[in-house]
Amino acid sequence: MISKGKTDQVTINLDGNDVEVPAGMNLVDAVALHGKEIPHYCYHPQLSVAGNCRMCLIEMGTPMRDRGTGEAIVEEDGSPKIGWVPKPVIGCGTNVSPGMHVKTESDLVTDCREGIMEFLLVNHPLDCPICDQAGECRLQEFATDYGRGYSRYKERKNVKPKRTRLGPRVTLDDERCILCSRCIRFSQEVAKDDVLGFVDRGSFSTLTCFPGKELANNYSLNTVDICPVGALTSTDFRFKMRVWFLKETMSICAESSAGCNTLVSSREGVIHRITPRRNDAVNDSWMTDSGRALYKRIDSDDRLKFPLVDQEKSSLEDALAASISLLKDKRVGIVGSCKSTVEEQYLLNRLAKETKAKKYLRGHFGEDDGILLSADRTPNLRGALITGLASSYPKENLNLLGQALKKGQLDTLIVVGEDLMDAKVDAELLSDIQIIYLGTHENATSTLAQVVIPTLTPFEKSGSFVNRSFFLQGFKQAVPGLAGLLPDISILVRLINELNGEAELSSDLSAVWKMMARSSTSPLKGLSFSDFKKDGIELDGSKWDELPFVEQKALHYEPTAELTTD
Amino acid sequence: MEFNPEMLLQLGLKVLFAFTMVGAVMTMAGYSVLAERKVSAWMQGRVGPNRTALPFVENIPFIGSFLKGLGIFQPLADGLKFLFKEEIVPGHVNKVYYYMAPLVALVPALTTMTVLPFGQYYDEAGNSSPLILANLEVGILFIFAVSSLGVYGIVLAGWSSNSKYPFLGGIRSSAQMISYELAMGLSLLPVFLWVSVPGSEASALSLVGIVSSQNDSAWLLLIQPVSALIFLIALFAETNRLPFDMPESETDLVGGFHTEYGSFKFGIFFVAEYAHIVVGSAIFTTIFLGGWHFLPWIADPWPATWVGTLLGIGWFLAKTAFLIFFFIWIRWTIPRFRYDQVMSIGWTKLLPLALINLIVYVLLVTWLDQTPSATP
Amino acid sequence: MAKTVVLERKPLSLSERTYLPQIVTGLKTTFSNMFKEKATLQYPEEKPQLPQNYRGVPTLVNDPNGREKCVSCQLCEFVCPPKAIRITPGSVPEEDEDREHVEKAPQEFEINMLRCIYCGYCQEVCPEEAIFLLDEYSSSGYTREEMINNKAKLYELGGTLPDKHYKWDKKKDAEVEGNAH
Ligand code: SF4
Ligand code: SF4
Ligand code: SF4
Ligand code: SF4
Ligand code: FES
Repeated sequence: MISKGKTDQVTINLDGNDVEVPAGMNLVDAVALHGKEIPHYCYHPQLSVAGNCRMCLIEMGTPMRDRGTGEAIVEEDGSPKIGWVPKPVIGCGTNVSPGMHVKTESDLVTDCREGIMEFLLVNHPLDCPICDQAGECRLQEFATDYGRGYSRYKERKNVKPKRTRLGPRVTLDDERCILCSRCIRFSQEVAKDDVLGFVDRGSFSTLTCFPGKELANNYSLNTVDICPVGALTSTDFRFKMRVWFLKETMSICAESSAGCNTLVSSREGVIHRITPRRNDAVNDSWMTDSGRALYKRIDSDDRLKFPLVDQEKSSLEDALAASISLLKDKRVGIVGSCKSTVEEQYLLNRLAKETKAKKYLRGHFGEDDGILLSADRTPNLRGALITGLASSYPKENLNLLGQALKKGQLDTLIVVGEDLMDAKVDAELLSDIQIIYLGTHENATSTLAQVVIPTLTPFEKSGSFVNRSFFLQGFKQAVPGLAGLLPDISILVRLINELNGEAELSSDLSAVWKMMARSSTSPLKGLSFSDFKKDGIELDGSKWDELPFVEQKALHYEPTAELTTD
Repeated sequence: MEFNPEMLLQLGLKVLFAFTMVGAVMTMAGYSVLAERKVSAWMQGRVGPNRTALPFVENIPFIGSFLKGLGIFQPLADGLKFLFKEEIVPGHVNKVYYYMAPLVALVPALTTMTVLPFGQYYDEAGNSSPLILANLEVGILFIFAVSSLGVYGIVLAGWSSNSKYPFLGGIRSSAQMISYELAMGLSLLPVFLWVSVPGSEASALSLVGIVSSQNDSAWLLLIQPVSALIFLIALFAETNRLPFDMPESETDLVGGFHTEYGSFKFGIFFVAEYAHIVVGSAIFTTIFLGGWHFLPWIADPWPATWVGTLLGIGWFLAKTAFLIFFFIWIRWTIPRFRYDQVMSIGWTKLLPLALINLIVYVLLVTWLDQTPSATP
Repeated sequence: MAKTVVLERKPLSLSERTYLPQIVTGLKTTFSNMFKEKATLQYPEEKPQLPQNYRGVPTLVNDPNGREKCVSCQLCEFVCPPKAIRITPGSVPEEDEDREHVEKAPQEFEINMLRCIYCGYCQEVCPEEAIFLLDEYSSSGYTREEMINNKAKLYELGGTLPDKHYKWDKKKDAEVEGNAH
């Protein structure tokens, strides 16, 4: 986010008032800091300036100086004489400079905007009723502000292709495109996949993919988000739900350790889409296409919907009671998860202390795309380090667990979400021990488990993750969990309380945070959940600088140590 | 007692009569309900019940549709509805009295009619004797005694329902009964004073006597208008008719004493109310409107045979029916009194008026007795 | 503000205090009422005359070409105060020649007549003039489900409405003979 006060401030005159803005800032953003809006289409704060829509026209002037002496020329009353640029200039192409004068509300400026709107609407279809953008469309918004309400254009409108497939996830409605080129610049500059361009001229200009190419990269859906109109549409979300029904919940993408900030849009408990939320320190305004599809897992066939005891459907109470009897006075091992939230990892660690359990943790690693899909495919590996669930950097296998099992050191194993077989643990070794499985989906381990307690996906609970740059970011429950299921922390708290018999832990999120913030050595010291509900907090991760983190240099991330191969 | 076929015949006849009477009164009560619905509809610009039909009867040309339009079959449907409604007994009631109450309300209404003369028949010799189930010498006292029992049904219902509205209804009803019973009794005294002047052949308190005293002479309504008015008003109050329907009072008591009653139990209350009206009208006809006799000062125009008997009964019924209509008419004309108004009318208006009326007639009758030439 | 005038009440005369004359007047009025013309409408046989702007059951209508007009924009669903409308949006297959430019149509359209308050907002808001409150007013059913009008029922109730809303036709003309490249 733009932080006031840190950078140099300059004074500009905005519609007659002197205001302070950061030096060199783009005028569109600077004006927005002071509650005014310069309407714009092609400008995007995180893309290069194209200046082709002309919606942002304003009047601008600078203090005049004497050409010979360089002295400032003053009016009779001593104020500096302003040299107004004779024609309106585009705001997006202007950076603030000291003493600059700007008019964003003059008659000329309004005239310009009305003129631009009329031109933009000349060939624009009357599509709002069937347009997915309706309700969040810049063209609609500015048309209500600056449109004339009727059309003077008597000729026939252009008819262009309505359903061009640009890629597997993006459909283009050419008629609605206002040729702002945001999508083209995004593909070039952010996704680094230059596939889009305009062909033909004038009002026949059309957006297309270059021959033989398609918009298939993992960031293609960001073009849909930044398209100011309904030209680029998400094939998945197309015609599914009008945006004004959607309730937006601030969330964090759980796909990888990049920790993209997201908005989860749901209606009546059903998620319809996930979009990125701007955070200039983490993900700018972008996220991956694959991260947007995660919500589909909520309803997948392999979702665990009810507790199992000995693979028979049972009640949650029975499953908890069965777990307690499997844990009491047994040699316990705990396989934690880097996909759990910070709070869950903390409580799991408490449970480990309570049962004097051995702790195991594995990582999930993949290709790093150098943008927002990091090599660490878990959202919260660093959380495990901070909460003490992991003391060393986890490997992709659980060989240590395999050894302990071979030696017969364990009676009962609590597994959180992981598949042991996938982590190279021999299935035969598991036959002598009891497994309590806590997880959202079925896997080979859950089918072996004596007790299965279903848990909730990140969309159905609140919590926090620590991303690759040690940003602690909270997320809120977006949709209600499956009927009859409890959030993970409630389950863990009940287990701990039952085993302990004394301490009455509360499963309330803020109460858990109170406990976590008590430890004086933890980076979480003194924090509470409400501190980072909106914006993340950067934690001090210097303690773990030497660990072999797998992430590579990417958007807003610099690796701390060289990747060591083991 | 010796077995006597004559007596058995007498007994059988009485039983037959009794059943006929009960049937007649109940039928009239049922059709009073219909009349109430029809008349109220007409007075309000509506048409009233006109949908119930009997199979076949409905198909008779003209007559069928005419009867249907009159709603003739409606009471049948109403009765069936009450019978087939789900029988609900609230959990909080006192069961025994709760079930007893509707019966207690209905029985007095049916009992009073045993002493009501409703016509006369003529033997071969042309001597007439009244048609009556039990010709009591003290008929009117019997009526007063029995009909007042009806209020026990209401009080019982109110009390046994064990809930607030019925309870209030019950209380109101007993207070009202006490207030108006007095005026009613007092209003009739002058009538009997008048009828039973010494030398007059009518026995003091016999209803038959009263009727025959009006034969071929003025109706008592004309001789004793104030008594008639007081009696009528008190009759309204006794039968819980608007403007005196305090115990029911839908607007403030949600139905009052029968709030907790449903199905046939409610039906009995309902019929009892109308039975009271029918019997009340009959009593008023008997006492003030000359019973089965034709018009004031005009001798019965019908022959002294069975034809005359039937015409007399018909005439009696016609008068009664008119009174029932009057009851209904009043109901849809006058709004309900407030409860304090009911009490004040009863105690501060009617009672003094009845007393004054009594004194005046006592003086009048005494004066008349002193001057024999003026015997009415 | 108007001045309040307190009127003296005239004392009641004796006859007024007995109420009897008033009661007689009342009786006369009610009695004469009995012979007035009846206002009752014999409903199932006689139907009321509906005013022009009557708002009956909301229905969906076809355009004069027999195509469904609704494009499932869900504005009616949004505006409906008691949330009686429930739409499942769907798309029109590209192959559908008749509706080439429409693209979107409701897959399912339900109006819960137990919720509807006949406010007419849906008709007011519809950008395609596809939903109308026609003069059907008597809807009844034995179950709650019966009272939910689905898409088929809504079109059956609505039928075809002759109007001049030829947006899609115009669009097609523009493509066929217009200056599309
Ligand atoms: S892009 Fe905007 S203005 Fe154009 S049809 Fe879509 S919603 Fe309407
Ligand atoms: S498709 Fe959208 S983002 Fe791309 S040029 Fe057109 S309007 Fe701009
Ligand atoms: S009926 Fe009209 S308002 Fe409702 S979805 Fe269809 S087009 Fe939109
Ligand atoms: S008439 Fe009103 S309540 Fe009924 S469906 Fe339309 S908007 Fe909803
Ligand atoms: S926003 Fe400035 S020209 Fe488009």
